[in-house]
Amino acid sequence: MAVAVLELANISKHFGAIQAVNDVSLSLHAGEVVGLMGDNGAGKSTLVKMIAGNFRPSHGTIRLDGAELILHRPVEARQHGIEIVYQDLALCDNLTAAANVFLGRELRRGVGPLRVLDHKSMYRRAAEIFKELKSETRARDLVKQMSGGQRQAVAIARTMLSRAKIVLMDEPTAAISVRQVAEVLNLIRHLRDSGIAVVLISHRMPDVFDVADRVIVMRRGRKVADKPIAATSPEEVTGLITGAIEQV
Amino acid sequence: MAITLDRAIEHKQRGWLASILGSQTFWVLVAVILACIFLSVTTDSFATPKNLYNITRNFTFVAIIALGMTLVIITGGIDLSVGSVLCLCSMVLAVVMNAGYSIEVGIAASIGTALVIGAFNGAMIAYLGFPPFVITLGMLSIARSLAMVASNNTVVFQFGPDHDTLLAIGGGAWFFGIANPVLYMIVLALLTGFVLRWTRFGRYVFAIGGNEHAATLTGVPVRRIKLAVYMISALAAGIAGIIQTGWLGAVTTNIGAGMELQVIAAAVIGGANLAGGVGTASGALIGAALIEVIRNSLGLLGINAFWQGTFIGGAIVFAVLFDRIRNFRQSE
Repeated sequence: MAVAVLELANISKHFGAIQAVNDVSLSLHAGEVVGLMGDNGAGKSTLVKMIAGNFRPSHGTIRLDGAELILHRPVEARQHGIEIVYQDLALCDNLTAAANVFLGRELRRGVGPLRVLDHKSMYRRAAEIFKELKSETRARDLVKQMSGGQRQAVAIARTMLSRAKIVLMDEPTAAISVRQVAEVLNLIRHLRDSGIAVVLISHRMPDVFDVADRVIVMRRGRKVADKPIAATSPEEVTGLITGAIEQV
Repeated sequence: MAITLDRAIEHKQRGWLASILGSQTFWVLVAVILACIFLSVTTDSFATPKNLYNITRNFTFVAIIALGMTLVIITGGIDLSVGSVLCLCSMVLAVVMNAGYSIEVGIAASIGTALVIGAFNGAMIAYLGFPPFVITLGMLSIARSLAMVASNNTVVFQFGPDHDTLLAIGGGAWFFGIANPVLYMIVLALLTGFVLRWTRFGRYVFAIGGNEHAATLTGVPVRRIKLAVYMISALAAGIAGIIQTGWLGAVTTNIGAGMELQVIAAAVIGGANLAGGVGTASGALIGAALIEVIRNSLGLLGINAFWQGTFIGGAIVFAVLFDRIRNFRQSE
């Protein structure tokens, strides 16, 4: 397989006496979807938050395109091409879809201190992204008025503003309808097809088996499985999550 | 399929007219205009130049402070200290000028005081995580007390060598007979409206009020923006204080007492949502105007002044009622 985009080597994280993540190594490749599964408290979120720059690892190294990556804040992860779709989506209900997509990276026109927001360009670019995502989301609509699937589309559209290498998605299908789940899975495939490495954290077995190329299972802070979807089964993954199967 | 999707995307869901008819600010404006028409017809004294001049001048002080308050409210905060800050800034100006300094020094000292107080409020709220209600409630007490200390609780009405300049700034009418305070208010309102609509700062103010956590995660400098917003609120109170000093020609330590409630009422009547995320500059003006028209009309109609509070309170409840009804409809 091609060179890894992201490599984690012997990553550990402890909070006081609690060992949240214990000696985890893994790699991500461009254009693949990796399902990250595990029970509550298995360390999935902590692991992802280290990649996203929310936490610093206690031990181990993260390498992005072969170079060591040290992140202090979430914004720095984004500057390196690591985008996160948070579980609560981190959307402002009172703003338009376009305003949310560009939040923190507004387009402006003018010179020096006289720069004003370029509403027109932001609406146009956001509309282009929604079209590319084949979403019916409209750039000028307030997020408040949107369905769960449209809200997901807004959060995912954010990751497409710049050339992202890695997109981390935290439970994107947890609280939406069946039809909207299908929409979101299509969005994930779209990201994969454009060469992005996608990490999908999910509790929902069908979603992971539907869209992922590989599944990584964590239990009690350790990685207990890392294998292609084709080589495993929902039964095996369930056993790994619960501990009925020790490790593969 | 592709064509219908494109069409659907191009179609603006909320038309121009619908968005105006759906805004609380618009209906409050209608109420103000209807009240004015009614009063013009039923009384001889309302539509006189003298009375209109009084009304416009009276509501400007509340309106100017309400502009700053609107920014604070949009971020989901509150500033209870504005009445006391107005008093302290007026007093600093008065004491400095009374001591023989020029008006420039007086205004600089006054503005500086406002910014220091705003920075203190903002820093405590943004960096140390204090609830805005508590910090600004404390400042409400502190600022008025400092004004008493600065003046030894006396009335100041001699403003040194630039006495007449100060009175002209606040009490004059340099432009087509419009009272100066009104001109300042219009300029400041246009500036606030521009900032909210066209600058990144304005966008961030709304984002913080909508979802502060999301704003932080997406890289919005939440703390800096909050600090700035409380400084702007105090600055607005300071500016209103300077203008009011020139208009009144005297400063006592009880000016601006209870004003914070009028200011908050004006912002809320004008459509600002105390839960954060919603508010406009024009709303602040229109809300302040409605309060003043109610007050003025009660006097002209010969209704006992004791009823004022009831009518203004009723206006607050009624204005927000529109918003609630709209929300109920949406949730159904």
